Amino acid sequence: MYAFLLRWLDERLQLDELIAPFKHKTVPWHRLSYWYFFGGITLFLFIIQVLTGILLLLYYRPGANEAFESVQYIMTRVQFGWLIRSIHAWAANLMIFTAFVHMFSVLFLKAYRKPRELTWVTGMILLFLVMGFGFSGYLLPWNTLAFFATKVGTEMAGQVPVVGKAMMIFLRGGPEVTGATLTRFFGFHVAVLPGLVTVLIAMHLFFVQRQGMSVPPKVEAEWIANPSARREMKFFPNFMLRELMAWYVAMGVLGALAAFFPWNLSVKADPFISAPAGIKPEWYFLFMFQTLKLIPSKVWFVDGEVLGILGCSLAGLLWLLLPFFENDKAGRGKAWITGLSIFALVYVVGMSVYGYLAN
Amino acid sequence: MAILPTNFRPFLAARSVLLAGSILLAACLAHGQAVNSCLDCHSAQPGRLEVTPEKFSQDIHAQKGLTCVSCHGGDASNYDPDQAMSRKAGWKGKIDRKQIPQLCASCHSNPAYMRTYNPGLRTDQLDQYHTSMHGKRLAAGDTKVAVCTDCHSVHDLRPPSDPRSTVNPVNVAQTCSRCHSDAAYMKPYGIPTDQFANYSISVHHDAMVVRGDLSAPTCTTCHGNHGALPPGVDKVQNVCANCHAFQAQMYSKSSHFKAFQDKGLPGCVVCHKNHAIYMPSDMMLGAGHAGVCMKCHAPGDKCDLARSAILTDLTQLDGAIKDADQSLRLAESSGMEVSEARLAQDQAQDSLTKARVTVHTFQTALVDVDVQAGMKIAAANLKAGQDAMVERNHRRIGLGICLVAIAFMLVGLWLYIKKLES
Repeated sequence: MYAFLLRWLDERLQLDELIAPFKHKTVPWHRLSYWYFFGGITLFLFIIQVLTGILLLLYYRPGANEAFESVQYIMTRVQFGWLIRSIHAWAANLMIFTAFVHMFSVLFLKAYRKPRELTWVTGMILLFLVMGFGFSGYLLPWNTLAFFATKVGTEMAGQVPVVGKAMMIFLRGGPEVTGATLTRFFGFHVAVLPGLVTVLIAMHLFFVQRQGMSVPPKVEAEWIANPSARREMKFFPNFMLRELMAWYVAMGVLGALAAFFPWNLSVKADPFISAPAGIKPEWYFLFMFQTLKLIPSKVWFVDGEVLGILGCSLAGLLWLLLPFFENDKAGRGKAWITGLSIFALVYVVGMSVYGYLAN
Repeated sequence: MAILPTNFRPFLAARSVLLAGSILLAACLAHGQAVNSCLDCHSAQPGRLEVTPEKFSQDIHAQKGLTCVSCHGGDASNYDPDQAMSRKAGWKGKIDRKQIPQLCASCHSNPAYMRTYNPGLRTDQLDQYHTSMHGKRLAAGDTKVAVCTDCHSVHDLRPPSDPRSTVNPVNVAQTCSRCHSDAAYMKPYGIPTDQFANYSISVHHDAMVVRGDLSAPTCTTCHGNHGALPPGVDKVQNVCANCHAFQAQMYSKSSHFKAFQDKGLPGCVVCHKNHAIYMPSDMMLGAGHAGVCMKCHAPGDKCDLARSAILTDLTQLDGAIKDADQSLRLAESSGMEVSEARLAQDQAQDSLTKARVTVHTFQTALVDVDVQAGMKIAAANLKAGQDAMVERNHRRIGLGICLVAIAFMLVGLWLYIKKLES
């Protein structure tokens, strides 16, 4: 039956031609190949997000008067609603984590170099969009923490010179965080961002497929010195089966987190109360938040917060364009990027931990 | 001028000219700056005669444009003390204590005049004062009793809304205690002097001073401020009903109401005391040290049995709420969503509060109705907490099965890969 169906489709669509490149596609196999899996795991978590997000949409109602109650309904009344919501929330966090790991692994394995600059750029934009997913989705349950985190976050956007105020009003749908902000964020979360991310993932995967996996310079040098050491693995099924194992592990971790630590709903947002003491953003924004906190209120004649936001924006832009700063010549030009990468990793982890522990 | 030595007067006159010039100049520079020669001298006077410009500027009357002359007469614009404080200039000198209420009332009992300053201020203080024990005794010639200035202060009199005012709700008890806690001063009247000490340990003081609730009762809330009792109150002992309306309603229908009236007992005060009113607890219904019932009732009588039944009811509901609370807390700490039951806990607590109010009927059947309503809610909340824990265990078992399945898949895949690559 299966063979008949396949033949029937092949006659009409020439499937063989379509999957031929995948049959011949190979993946370099070396001691650092396991880092390749993180891109796939991030993709798997995105698929989980799409599926659980669609299920949540069946019951979720955007609006200041309904959002919290609808999430409460999902958590208490809908069969396995708690599981779907917890997986959605945990998978979001894990996706951002694996995206960061993937970014740093690409950086340390030097996979961003020519001719893969566009793969890096699309990947970085994807990382920013994934963080945007986190920021917009965090508000949707309309609980106290989410409300004030959004208030603080959008206020920071308002500090950007010239366009900041307009940007803040655009994000909030008015001068304050209200139900209008919630519906707006809902729109970003379920329509704008998924559309953009889907297009960018398609581009990112196309670039990866077109250019193949990058081999780290050290491994490449070893292989040149000793050609017999070169190892390659068929993408399908050998590498794909291993990737599938990684996805199963990710699924197990997700299930365990959802069962042992169901995502908390907290209390409904009340715009008339003062912000809870020591309010902090989600962990993936913590390094930026802590950086802004450490900058003095005035640096020379510039407002500290404005300086911090401009600094973070500039750092993000330079990071996006990082491959274009590395030239083809060997030597010191490459060493500084490795040094900068180590510094960035230590800074992000260190500031996040500091921000978590700080009062 | 009696209070200054004669040889001091020429110097004072010369200085007065200089000061008058300076003040005129200042008046040109600062609009509305009134000339007040009284303060110039009195700021240098010792003891009670000392009134500095700083002190007087704090006075609400000074802020509204009144001067020393408004009460004491005289001519404040004249720097010659003899002329400024001459009978010809209408100088009254020190106001006789007996005349103080009347003097204050000359403005404060004039609605048309007071409306120009504060339309919301009452103008019946003097009438009220006449009905008070203070007013009656003053009329009888006892000048030791409190007059307006004793409570409101003088020369730095602040409105009651000012936290520094002696009649601000937070400070009223302290103000009354200045006389009423002075055993020597109160000796001729033969009344206790422990009211402030007792009030200081009461739940009302705690609410007012510790928690800063300005609506909590202080001396004047029950005893009236200028004299008359609060509206609808025939005796101070019945004043509790003004705030504790439901308790009073229940009590008025109880068997105790008539019994206490017949024996001339002071209602609420019999069980709750008057000034040392502690935070009520269920233990007031107990047979132990904190209990109040057994001070009148005999062990084993009908009322003792009713007391015991009511206490058991309240204790049961209190325990049921605490059990439900613990169960919900456990579920919450496991990450379970029980916010609806948590909300319902408030309803159970409301039932307990209602039952505690109904206690004032002293009827077991009525208390039981409220208690049973609360028990039903608390039982549902306890079940919600327990169900959440069962659900948590199901989740963990489900997770265990899934993890085993995933482990099998991983092993299977690994073996398949090995076979494929061998």
